[in-house]
Amino acid sequence: MTTRADLLLQIADDELVLGWRNSEWTGIAPFLEEDVAFSSIAQNEIGHARALYQLVADELGTTADELAFDRSPEEYRCSRLVELRLVPDWARTIARHYLYETADAKRLEELKASGDAEVAGLAEKIDREEAYHRMHAEMWFDRLKDEPRFREALEELRPLVDERGEHGPELAELWEEMTMVRRSVAGATW
Amino acid sequence: MIYEVFRQERKGQAFQHAGSIGAPNLEFAEVYAREQYGRRQESTALWLVPRDAIDELDDFVDELGRTYHRVDGYSLKEKLKEARERAAKSAAHFPRS
Repeated sequence: MTTRADLLLQIADDELVLGWRNSEWTGIAPFLEEDVAFSSIAQNEIGHARALYQLVADELGTTADELAFDRSPEEYRCSRLVELRLVPDWARTIARHYLYETADAKRLEELKASGDAEVAGLAEKIDREEAYHRMHAEMWFDRLKDEPRFREALEELRPLVDERGEHGPELAELWEEMTMVRRSVAGATW
Repeated sequence: MIYEVFRQERKGQAFQHAGSIGAPNLEFAEVYAREQYGRRQESTALWLVPRDAIDELDDFVDELGRTYHRVDGYSLKEKLKEARERAAKSAAHFPRS
């Protein structure tokens, strides 16, 4: 696999897994407006994952769906940060959201400067939506920054942002849920 | 805190009430309003107004039914109908021979 495919898969896996984790708040967020906003962010992340998988799929001669769902959990390249199941801890959820968006902004800046026009173009597109995610993350950061629980969560989760070696047991559990329906009918092409 | 949201669909058009947003402050309200009324490119601009800032007047008396004061004008339809009925009635009383 090329370095390009490897890097794009890393980002796509981050977005897919975080999108899934954030979607676990749908219907149970602390208040309705936040429920709508956070669910929409989750959906955006999955949309970004889809577009990134598609770029890789074109290169590898496979499909976005196969990349997203038909690999084994060990093959995912996402960071430890995104795989954690944080429901019902809102402070840690917002800490992760803030850490992720901050790191993702840096990564997107680099991609936008890429010599690969396809990659740079997609990064531009994704970044236009991510701008709203950052706005959302920053407003929560401002609101919670003096809360000890939030500060502790930031300290706890910060080292996980770039940790991409071993996965925790949460990823395998998530993978079971995520691919359950897809695997439920043998040979189905959906 | 409740914010009333008004949206403008196209440049130059009047803003119309779109709905309301519950948010702890304006910063949150802006993010939620964008999310609910702007993310599908359905608005060119939004106005956010704290509900408390709205002065509502709803005591418009029209005791004498002076509809000719209204912008939709003096309504003739009912009055014409009555006049026709009256005319028909008096015609019945005084049949032409």
